[in-house]
Amino acid sequence: MFYREVGQFKTSYDADEAIFPIAQDRWSVIVLIAFASLGVPLFAGQYLYTEVLIPVLILSIAAIGLNILTGYCGQLSLGSGGFMAVGAYAAYNLALRLPETNIILVFLFAGVMAMLVGLLFGLPSLRIKGFYLAVATLASQFFLEWAFARVKWFTNYAPSGSVAVGRIELFGIPIDTPGKTYIFVLAITVVLTLAAKNLVRGRIGRMWMAIRDMDIAAEIIGIRPLHAKLSAFAVSSFYIGVAGALWAFLRLGSWEPLAFDVNRSFQVLFMIIIGGLGTLLGSFLGAAFIVLVPIFLNQLPSWLGIAMSTAMISHIEFMLFGAMIVLFLIAEPHGLARLWAIGKEKLRLWPFPY
Amino acid sequence: MRAPSEHEIAAGNVLLAVEDVSLAFGGVKAVAGVSFDIRKGEIRAIIGPNGAGKTSLLNIINGFYQPQHGRITFKGRPRAAMRPYDAALGGIARTFQNVALFKGMTALDNIMAGRTLKMRRGLFWQLLRIGPALAEEIEQRRRVEEIIDFLKIQHIRKIQVGKLPYGLQKRVELGRALAMEPDLLLLDEPMAGMNLEEKEDMSRFILDVNAHYGTTIALIEHDMGVVMDLSDRVLVLDHGVKIADGTPAEVQADQAVIDAYLGLSH
Repeated sequence: MFYREVGQFKTSYDADEAIFPIAQDRWSVIVLIAFASLGVPLFAGQYLYTEVLIPVLILSIAAIGLNILTGYCGQLSLGSGGFMAVGAYAAYNLALRLPETNIILVFLFAGVMAMLVGLLFGLPSLRIKGFYLAVATLASQFFLEWAFARVKWFTNYAPSGSVAVGRIELFGIPIDTPGKTYIFVLAITVVLTLAAKNLVRGRIGRMWMAIRDMDIAAEIIGIRPLHAKLSAFAVSSFYIGVAGALWAFLRLGSWEPLAFDVNRSFQVLFMIIIGGLGTLLGSFLGAAFIVLVPIFLNQLPSWLGIAMSTAMISHIEFMLFGAMIVLFLIAEPHGLARLWAIGKEKLRLWPFPY
Repeated sequence: MRAPSEHEIAAGNVLLAVEDVSLAFGGVKAVAGVSFDIRKGEIRAIIGPNGAGKTSLLNIINGFYQPQHGRITFKGRPRAAMRPYDAALGGIARTFQNVALFKGMTALDNIMAGRTLKMRRGLFWQLLRIGPALAEEIEQRRRVEEIIDFLKIQHIRKIQVGKLPYGLQKRVELGRALAMEPDLLLLDEPMAGMNLEEKEDMSRFILDVNAHYGTTIALIEHDMGVVMDLSDRVLVLDHGVKIADGTPAEVQADQAVIDAYLGLSH
């Protein structure tokens, strides 16, 4: 009853092509962002910041990156972990060797380096598709993992292979508390999400989706597969690289290549499959799901008052988590974003049946 | 019927000339020594029984297949081996026998995708979506809306094409091809699987495209009534060989054509 577009007439194509053409959606998002930046800091504690909000935001950026490549352009990739590592080590090395560099530039550099590596590993996509491309990107994952573990220059010859970042500051303001980190990550997430939305609803996004849906027809209307696929690899790797650098600098602080192993790749892939392929909203929902469900499962026994050893809890957590993913995919193969869309459709008519 | 272009369809005004073109897949000769031309502004039908090589011929014109032998001249210039992308750049658009739309995209986005070649702004402007990029997007949207109006598909703009009925999908596909503002439009069985009413609608659109935009059209069709009504000239293929070429009336009276369609008693 309240969520209807009745009476909202668009008088220009500009208005019709807005991100949220319906006023209620527009206001909800403004309220959400205002709440996230102004409301959350009023009550959030250390745990909520470091274990929930910051990981969800950073992994959302990675999920957006992979979603651009896999969800929008249809190129399956299992190399996200490797590209995150490229971003993390690129940022580490720049911050190490040129300590005066602004932190924004450090993260940009991380994205650009990941973009270049992504372009290189994207080249095979012109020849191979589907499962074969997945295997090729998996190879890139293992290669990159190996490179960061074995080529000592990347880790500045640290004997243990583990590296740590020093003080992080932005224009003289140290980013040292979880609250400041959260605001910083939130700002980056909002900017990158907006840019991604602009890309996917413009010419380049249509090129990606055309290649995904039918590459032959795309070529006859003048879309070059080379151009479309490589631009998807480039943009996707940029996002994943920035996410990797943010993860390393602001979530981990110190890390070794294992932090970006193939499990990380699968984690990001699960996010976009559960959240919804080809939607930006799905990237956020998927990241929230993957981060929150283990926390929830972990707490469940104590809430229910069941005494259980921590080892047992973590085993059961694994089993339940796997089962939930399988069940979920059977029930809604198009992900959480589709559920959301269906809910919105229903809401337009509520409380009337039709 | 179509008054404006009759004088343009003079013999000298050739848009595309195909000379002695052959294409074989292994031992199968799909097209064998076919020569014909398409004149500016005409509706050219290509007919023939199943497996006659009609679609192969379109695929050659379109750049999907490279003929092993023969010469193709487009807009007066001989054409080297090329990709479908080059054909698109040169002004050749087409639709497919089995609808080849982008199923996950809306009808509007499908047709907008047809204008990819008309858009110039790069990645940087696109991600900001301000100034020139926004202006370009709006301008192209306006052009696309004209096509949407023309094809009377306003009501399905924002619907994913995968969910549309077949007849409307065919119409959206025509819209996507029109969005390219082609000089030559290739239609591969635009009316396959349609009921009478949809066929009549589609025939009207084809005639309107030809009259309104002056687009030269080459179409493959099995419905003889439609072919005879729409086309200026008809090319008949059988087993990859040209067996007749002429006005609908001439072709209809041709003994070789009758034999090919009805079978010849030996």
